[in-house]
Parts: sequence; structure tokens; C-alpha cells
Amino acid sequence: MVDNPKIQIRDVSYRYGQIEALSRISLDVPEHAVTVFFGPAGGGKTTLLRLINRLNDRVGNTTMSGQILIDDENIYAPGVDVPALRRRVGMVFALPLPLPGTVRENVLYGPSLAGVRSRSRLDEMLQTSLEQAALWDEVKDRLDQPASSFSGGQQQRLCIARSLSLEPEILLLDEPTSGLDPISTAKVEHSLLELKKQYTIILVPHSVQQGARVADYAAFFLMGELIESGPGADLFTQAKDKRTEDYITGRFG
Amino acid sequence: MSQQLAQKLGFVLLGLLSLVVIVPILLVIGAIIYSGLPAVSWEFLSAMPRDGMRAGGIYPAIVGTILLTLGTGLVAIPVGVGAAVYLSEYAQDNVFTRAIRLAIVNLASIPSVVYGLFGLGLFVLLLQFGTSILAGSLTLAIMTLPVIISTSEEALRAVPMEYRTVSESLGGTHWQGIRRIVLPQALPGIITGVILGLLRAAGETAPILFTVAAFFLPRLPQSPFDQTMALPYHLYVISTQVPAMPLQIQHGTALVLLAFVLSMNLVATLIRSYFRRRREW
Repeated sequence: MVDNPKIQIRDVSYRYGQIEALSRISLDVPEHAVTVFFGPAGGGKTTLLRLINRLNDRVGNTTMSGQILIDDENIYAPGVDVPALRRRVGMVFALPLPLPGTVRENVLYGPSLAGVRSRSRLDEMLQTSLEQAALWDEVKDRLDQPASSFSGGQQQRLCIARSLSLEPEILLLDEPTSGLDPISTAKVEHSLLELKKQYTIILVPHSVQQGARVADYAAFFLMGELIESGPGADLFTQAKDKRTEDYITGRFG
Repeated sequence: MSQQLAQKLGFVLLGLLSLVVIVPILLVIGAIIYSGLPAVSWEFLSAMPRDGMRAGGIYPAIVGTILLTLGTGLVAIPVGVGAAVYLSEYAQDNVFTRAIRLAIVNLASIPSVVYGLFGLGLFVLLLQFGTSILAGSLTLAIMTLPVIISTSEEALRAVPMEYRTVSESLGGTHWQGIRRIVLPQALPGIITGVILGLLRAAGETAPILFTVAAFFLPRLPQSPFDQTMALPYHLYVISTQVPAMPLQIQHGTALVLLAFVLSMNLVATLIRSYFRRRREW
């Protein structure tokens, strides 16, 4: 389907107890591009994102079948180093969730857990990731102030920077702008377009419009099923499936 | 009656009610200070009791209470906080953990004299620690555990779940998230629980009655296997068991016990507010 798949989702089904959240999903996610997972709430987008960095591992009473491959390796194979996997696959959540502590502590939380001790290396990571998240200019003089003293939009970009500081290969964003004003949203979207040069990005947009704006590839999810997927330009203008088209044009939501 | 007037009256009434809470505390403290302070001197604090405890000081009782409180903390803090971390962060919700929780709640409601008898049976007699600081500390620790566990677990659970998820999403192990984020956030609450528990232990008479407390022992304990005097028991003794006891000494002893407990409380409050300021982000 795509030439250079970074992530290959192979026939993945997932259940919370008796409730099927994902039903036989197969999808390739291309490298260095923004792939958008969209569809109405409850479609399984968030679940699928959380499966890609194994954040659902500790959720009880669930069953999964199928495989998820990153760089052709099954991340659910026995013996996979899960913390190491999560350093390769960053995650940004719907709400800005700064950890308690300063801007610096937040951004460097991941690297310090990973055992990076060199002061100069950490300073470099701090600046680079804040720049990538388009936040450096706003916070460079306030690095040691509490993260919670910044605005919601700044906090969310801080969370992006926090994920980037680990130099991941993949960035998963779950409605990262749902709590933000239009200006902050534009800033985040803008930084995504920069980031995709280096990273493989999967975005669950908070609106169809946002999806259409940033998608290189898109996949439409409805009630746990992948209805269709393809290049964003095609999917958002001439969907093949009636349900996709109805959703995009706002006939249901 | 206008709503505003009703509201004002309501506030005044509530204010008076809370005043009612303060009054007995002030009265108790005031009365003890008034009648006990004249007895408190450097000699009272630092000398052995003399003349069948009717004169001299209460030094060994003070030392005994400090030692018992420390011993209790040494056992109860690691066990209690550890159990709380397990229950809040690791334990699944199943019959086993529910049984543990039920046991903790029930432990908290057992009268302290029953702990005393239990300590006598288990530590003093069965394990042959004898009437000793070790046996007394262990007994007090068991009594303190429920308080420490339940308040610490409460404090840990109050830390937003999202912090744990974020920590994991950044490549942290389960334990790293607990140690770096959850425990520091919960620390003020944990400290409160610990101090509350230890305060109760420091002031209790019944659990130490059969396990450690000496009626009259005008020397300091030399090892954990020694008996010791302790302030609450000493107070009980000189108030009921010794005829012709000067009232001043009784009240002086009560004042020292009260000062010990209140100053621990103060220290706890200071520590708590220090950590709270530090994490006020």
C-alpha cells in the first residue's frame, strides 16, 4: 500500500472484556509523513495508538490478536524491551499533561530516566526539542519555572518537546489540540509539518478539517473497523466508501 | 428574612460552632500549662525520679518515650509505606487484596489494650523478647500500621493516574514512575499519615503496659531488650498508683507529654508545608 512502511499493523483485533474495540485492522504507516487516524468517537483510534507503544499493556481484562511491526519487527514479540520501545515511539495526549516540575525537568524527564547524565548533552537536548516544538523562544528565559505556570497551548507544545527529547522515530498524537485555542492549534500544526521531515507521525485530529489540513495519509475508523485508507488528498476529496464521505461532509459525526 | 441576612447568620453560626471545637483544646492546654509549668525545670527534665517518684525528674520516661516512638517508626514506616505502595500501585483488585484492605480497616478499630495483650502473647512470651523496648515498639508498630497504610494509600491514589501514564510513555518503568513522580507527589500526605500514627503510638498507655513499660526504673535502657519507663504509663502510675503524689508533678509530666506530641505535630506540619511549597507548580 505504501512504499516505505515504518509501522505495519497486521490483522489486529482488540477487546476490552467482551467489547470489541478493534476488528481485524491491517494498515501500513509510511515513514516521514503525517498519517491521520480519523472517525467518530469510539472508533478505536486511541486504542490503536496506545497499542503502537504498548501503553495498554497494564490495562486488565483485554485480549489482542494480530501483530504490530515497527521496522519489520513485531513489538509484541516476547523479550521486547518495552521502555526502550516507548523511547522510540513518543506519545502526546489529548490534554496537556505536564509532569510536576519545571520546563527543564519536564523536557529532560525521559532522557534522565534513560540514564543520560552529561550536562552539556542534556542542555543540547533541551534546546533542540523545545525548538522543534516551536516553544524555545517563548520559554528560553523561563526554563526553571514550573511547567504549570504556562498557558495550555505552551504546555501542550512542552509535552511535544518532552516526547521529542528522547529523539523518537515515531510520534503518536492523540487529539493534541483538542484543548487549545485556534492560534495555539495553528502553532502545533505548523510544528507538525516541520517534524514530519524527521519523524513518522500519527495524528488523531480533533476535527475533520484539521485532518484534511495536515494529512499525507489518512485512515478512517468506524466502530472498530478500518473503513478505508489512502493518501490524504484523495481520501478527503473523493472517498471511495459512502460512510467515509458521509462523515467527511458532516452527515454524521 | 432576606437571603443575605440568612447567609450572614449562617456563617456566624458555623463560626461559633467551630469556636466550640477550639475551646476545649485551649482549656486543656491552658490548664495543663498553668498547673504544670511550675513543676517543669531543667532538673525535672534531666534527673532521675526520687522518693518513690514524688520528687526528682522524669528523664528516663522522656527518653523511653522517644526511643519507643523511634522504634515504632523504624518498623512501621517502611512496612506501612511499602504496603501502601503495593496496594495502590501494584495490587490487582481481587479477593486477596480486598481481604487485605478489610483487615487494615478492622485493625484500625481494635482497642489499644487488645494490641497490648497481643504483643504480650506474641512478642514478650512466644518470641521471648521479654518485656522490652523491642516488644513494645513492635506492638506499637502493629497498632500504627493501619493508620500509616490507609493515609499513605489515600495520598498515593490522589496522584493523578495520568502522571503514571505519561511517565511510562516516556520510557519509564513502572517503578521509575512511582519513585520519581508518584511518591514525591504523595509525600506530604504520607508524612501526615506517618506522624498521625506515631503521635498515637507516643501517647498510648495500654499497648506498652504489658510489653515494655517499667513502673519505676531510675536508669536508662541499655539495649532494645531492656524495659523502659515511658511518659504515658508514668503519668498513669503517678496519677493512680502512688499515694501522696504532688499534683504539680503529675501536671508537669502531662505537660511534657503534651509538648512532645504537639512539637512532633508542629514538625510534621512544617515538613508538609515545605514539601507542598516545593511541589507547588
